[in-house]
Amino acid sequence: MVKFIRGVSRKTWVFLGLAVGVYLIVQVLLSVGVLNDFWSTIIRQGAVMAILALGLNLIYGFNGQFSLGQFGFYAIGAYASADVTYRWTLLQTANGVTVLFMVVVLVGVAILGLRQLLSRIRGVDALSAFALYLVLTIVAGALAVVIGGALAGPVTTLLNLLPPGWSLQVVFFLAILLGGLLAAEVSFLFGLPVLMLGSDYFGIATLGFTIIVKVLFDNSDTMFGFAEMKGARGMVGIPQLSSWFWMFVFLLAVVVITRNILQSSYGRAIVSVREDEIAAMSMGIDVASFKTFTFVLGSLFAGIAGGLYAHVGGFLVPDSFNFVKSFDPMIVVVLGGLGSVTGTVAASFIWSLVLEGLLRLVLPQGFETWRYVVYPLLLLVMMLLKPSGLFGNFEIPYLRQALPALRLKNNPAPAEATQGSKA
Amino acid sequence: MLILVAVWVTAILIYNLIQDPALFVQQIVNGLQLGFVYALIALGYTMVYGIVKLINFAHGDVFMVGAFISYFAVSRFKMPAWFGALGVPEPFGTLLGSLLVILLSMAACALMAFTIERVAYKPLRTAPRISALITAIGVSFFLEYFGALPFVFTPNYISYERPFGIVTWYVNNGIHVLRPGTQVPAGSIVFSSVFIIILITSLLLVVGLQFIVQRTKVGKAMRATAYDKPTARLMGINVDGIISVTFAIGAALAGAAGMLYAVAFPQLVFGMGITPGLKAFVAAVMGGIGSIPGALVGALIMGQAETLSAGYISTPMRDVVAFTLLIIVLFVRPTGIFGEPSREKA
Repeated sequence: MVKFIRGVSRKTWVFLGLAVGVYLIVQVLLSVGVLNDFWSTIIRQGAVMAILALGLNLIYGFNGQFSLGQFGFYAIGAYASADVTYRWTLLQTANGVTVLFMVVVLVGVAILGLRQLLSRIRGVDALSAFALYLVLTIVAGALAVVIGGALAGPVTTLLNLLPPGWSLQVVFFLAILLGGLLAAEVSFLFGLPVLMLGSDYFGIATLGFTIIVKVLFDNSDTMFGFAEMKGARGMVGIPQLSSWFWMFVFLLAVVVITRNILQSSYGRAIVSVREDEIAAMSMGIDVASFKTFTFVLGSLFAGIAGGLYAHVGGFLVPDSFNFVKSFDPMIVVVLGGLGSVTGTVAASFIWSLVLEGLLRLVLPQGFETWRYVVYPLLLLVMMLLKPSGLFGNFEIPYLRQALPALRLKNNPAPAEATQGSKA
Repeated sequence: MLILVAVWVTAILIYNLIQDPALFVQQIVNGLQLGFVYALIALGYTMVYGIVKLINFAHGDVFMVGAFISYFAVSRFKMPAWFGALGVPEPFGTLLGSLLVILLSMAACALMAFTIERVAYKPLRTAPRISALITAIGVSFFLEYFGALPFVFTPNYISYERPFGIVTWYVNNGIHVLRPGTQVPAGSIVFSSVFIIILITSLLLVVGLQFIVQRTKVGKAMRATAYDKPTARLMGINVDGIISVTFAIGAALAGAAGMLYAVAFPQLVFGMGITPGLKAFVAAVMGGIGSIPGALVGALIMGQAETLSAGYISTPMRDVVAFTLLIIVLFVRPTGIFGEPSREKA
């Protein structure tokens, strides 16, 4: 233990100290009432956007996969976790938790097992592999629903042994995590046929995914029997549990995970796939696996962000997941600077503060509709003046790569960002 | 597995064709009407993508502006009546007037796209592609929400008065004119002059475009620029000028599509460009983005997929069907139906 603590470097302590400091300052301001509910919502939405955009930054900024599907996974995470907490608070049953838990576990085991199996066997083409995954997922999912339903009773009793406030928080935490994992598993299945497409085609296919998810949630009550989701009318009565504390915990976890992955050999492999797939392949990097890994990880973050978002306002409408909105995380990532974790987090909060907060306050009465006229103009000016984003590829010391940054020419988008500003 | 799906879909379609041929043909007719409008929009996407590799998300909103310009020309300025007032005999007066409206829409959209290209995209030509893409999204938002302001297009739905009266026919043992107030006999196929007009206008425009691209000097320069920009520049081609012309031509087609769409579905709103724009874009991708015949074929497939799935599955599922179809097409042919396999860049 002591050895572990000694091993943590100084910049890590500085980072953690600063992060906790920011958390405490905001928490105090919230408790004292300097920041009212309006600002509290905006800050929490900033945190949601930060998690969502960090996921996209991994996929697009670091791995170079132009994905517009982030909002689809966000919606899946949001609805899955909202349903779990809704069932716990309003229907007083833990069957949401148990069923989702069993689905996530069994489908996860099925996917990982089949993956192991397929890696041993040669000569299975992509399409048959995809079909196998689908069939196995459906079987595992059906089995999970049965087992989960059976476990619901005992788990409900068990959770009720906890003090009431605690059990709610435990369910909430599990719901967010399981929602994220569900989104990750869906992204794995969707990624199988789609990740082999070229960049723009991949973008459109993922955009299609967002739209399909939105339409499915529009019909969640009539076609899939989730009566409490109320289809296109929107789900109401979700407990508003996303406190600033939980936002901070999840955001910090996501930042630390992202940082640790990026600074490992995995991270270097991920970036090498972005820079040049063929060169990466010739260095022995399994390009397809790393694309899948990044896509699944980014979608996990999207799912977590969705779960947190669902518990901010307490209601969900499929319309808020339409494809026009799915450009938001992309805009944030580019504004912050592609491939910059610092920039993404900062841009998320700035984006949320400016768009929802400042523009509402600055514009005079009766000019609220001008908000979306000013916003694209700001975006245009921003892009024309500084195409590499607010932060370029600047990172605070904790997040900075141990290796010197590579200078590359002729690459598609990300690292060229810094050169583009000169031209 | 894909073959199984294809066989299954074909079987369902044939079953429906035998079950109720009139309904099936009706869906095909509706799909063609929609498909040709999509084709006009998709051409703009595909041309712009072919030449600057930019997904021009603002294109759908150019289409919306085109529809509104034709609305103003028809309802505020009564343009279709101008020639009648000058003494041109009636059917021709309205025809010439409508032609003037569509030309005005096209010209205005072309001018707008030219301006957008110069202001928003040209400075970013050397910047990473994503910056231009974000800018395109910004332009799209701007056009929509500027249009939603109360003194521009207003945030409400506006009903469009068609510049000409429409005639409806039905086919049931021969072609009959549908008189107002009468019922269509069961089992007949209904189509209107709107369908004919859309068909003729868009075919003329597509043929015209194909002529410009394949047979004129500008078209040759466009193809050269799309193929290799630096070399085209060395050959004395004004690359920036050609890019502007491409944007303008694409936007003119979108303007024409805007008017035709308004005539077919006479409800205008500031956000009307989003969905057709997206569908047309998907059509362009499905056909192989950068290819003109691909855009046409993709758009016709999209139109059919949409009306058939709305007719035989359910209306909300049509988007799911359309995008699933896209994903399947891309799975089989990763660069679309007519797309060339991507070249390895040095």
